[in-house]
Amino acid sequence: MLAAAVETRLRHLELAVELEVESGRCIALAGPSGAGKTSFLRAVAGLLSPERGRVECDGGVWLDTGRGVDVPPEARGCGVLFQQYALFPHLTAWRNVAFGLHESDRAARRSRALELLERFGIGGLAEARPAELSGGERQRVALARALAREPTALLLDEPLAALDATTRAAAMRELAAVVAATDVPTLLVTHEFAEASLLADEIAIVDGGRIVQRGTASALSAEPASAFVADFAGASVLVGLAAPGPDGLTVVELDGGGRVTSTDLVNGPVAVAAYPWEIALEPAGATAESSALNHLRATVSSVTVIGNRARVGLAAPQQFAAEVTGASLMRLGLEPGAAVTATFKATATRLIPRPANGS
Amino acid sequence: MSRRTPFALVLAGALALALAFLTLPIVAIFADTGPDELASSLGEPVARDALWLSLRTTLAALAIIVVVGTPAAYLLATRRFRGRDLVTTLIELPLVLPPAVAGIGLLAAFGPQGIFGGWLEDAGVRLVLETAGVIVALTFVSAPFYLRQAQAAFAAVDPDLLAAARTLGASEARAFARVAIPCAGPGIAAGLALAWGRALGEFGATLMFAGSFQGITQTVPLAIFAEFNRDFPAALALSAVLVCVSAALLLSVKLLARTPLLGGGA
Repeated sequence: MLAAAVETRLRHLELAVELEVESGRCIALAGPSGAGKTSFLRAVAGLLSPERGRVECDGGVWLDTGRGVDVPPEARGCGVLFQQYALFPHLTAWRNVAFGLHESDRAARRSRALELLERFGIGGLAEARPAELSGGERQRVALARALAREPTALLLDEPLAALDATTRAAAMRELAAVVAATDVPTLLVTHEFAEASLLADEIAIVDGGRIVQRGTASALSAEPASAFVADFAGASVLVGLAAPGPDGLTVVELDGGGRVTSTDLVNGPVAVAAYPWEIALEPAGATAESSALNHLRATVSSVTVIGNRARVGLAAPQQFAAEVTGASLMRLGLEPGAAVTATFKATATRLIPRPANGS
Repeated sequence: MSRRTPFALVLAGALALALAFLTLPIVAIFADTGPDELASSLGEPVARDALWLSLRTTLAALAIIVVVGTPAAYLLATRRFRGRDLVTTLIELPLVLPPAVAGIGLLAAFGPQGIFGGWLEDAGVRLVLETAGVIVALTFVSAPFYLRQAQAAFAAVDPDLLAAARTLGASEARAFARVAIPCAGPGIAAGLALAWGRALGEFGATLMFAGSFQGITQTVPLAIFAEFNRDFPAALALSAVLVCVSAALLLSVKLLARTPLLGGGA
């Protein structure tokens, strides 16, 4: 269990964040750039000394400004994945991984490092220097290095930001597997809601140095506490079991009922991500012919107006959201309790495999 | 440069003039000294003593500079504190100081009548007219070259690399030794080469502070000046050696600056 409360003055804002992460769970700190997320993560790792705060992990006190306790980062032992990975450029991949290993014997360190690289499928790159590696390979080396010491907590700082779009999906899947497998508290910092919703059990939305709302991705997306959260919580996420369907498509049986068809080809437990602005709403029972394959029956659970549009929280029974214009809101008479059909195209869904035991 | 405009000709002419003016004296040194002459002149005791003394004193000065200067430069590069810019400026001052002023300053500080003169005498340390004095003068004039380069090299190391080392269990000292120094290595080595070049050529401050005694304080530049009235070919031969060593140092600086490890945030 990691418990951290940090208060400090940063260049542009007053950071005041309090967070608890249970062992084996992943909490995402999500918010726009400059919201203070990374500073909080650094304070947990011991790389930044806040003015006031208390950080505890598994009963050990790392920071207590009231009693003058500030354990240095090397004694906290957090596994940190840095934004640009921070691989040592003068060391080969295996020496990067071996940097933090306790074994005094060089051969033992090397075999342990190789074992870790092998686990990430890059055992063949052990002798390569970071400059010779692709973005995705660097991320794997950095992950192997962060895990090598069996960290007390795993801290991921924008782990996918340095990757291009094509590498990102695969890297996200690997990262999700690592996060699911680890039994230490995991803290993820990201400015992308979709990333947070796929990797974390719960999301804390940070804005201006404070947590403005905390909850599961679907809860935040369906019932945002403010227009800011609604705007930020871009994608909705539904979970279910995917199997090959007709016409070379994938059919996902959603947990709790409902079915979604997707063009993404994945088998097994998945998270379905869809953007609310890709989802149209019709009165329940309307049978207009359309090219969209997905028609989910849902009940309106909330309506949040954001300027000239509105985010409509839906329960099908899993929570997701659609965005409609103010005019449509009036015309359809959308209000909590109303029954609707949510329509969206199979091409508007992204399927991301998730570990079977995940949330 | 395909178009021969008048302006292009002016540029080319200026470069040709600069090149000729700057290289002609160096070419002349070698043109006036035949290989046989060079060899025999270098066999003279004066030349041999001077070369040997220059090697010993510059290496001693470099050792002091590296041991004290590296951590000092690291502090300046990685910490923010009040008066940091002032400290940096003070450290760089000897770069622009005329050698004569440096010599006078050293005498006023460490000479027999200087501020620390009595203190040094009580401690049994004599610097003026001694080899140790040469080392003090060389250190004074060449340390800023090293400090400046090393500070810039450390400042270019991605702070996240040091942070990563700390989270991987390294103390601050270990992160400095295992990450900061290797990553700043090429820049540090370039600073070392520059400082060495400056120390080898040092003349004014050494002459004023330590004098010019063969085998004790007469380094190569001082020997060249001494020989210049007595034995011009010997002065030329020593000069030729200094040109070769300096050129080698300059070349190494250029090569080190190209080493890709610098700024290793990638």
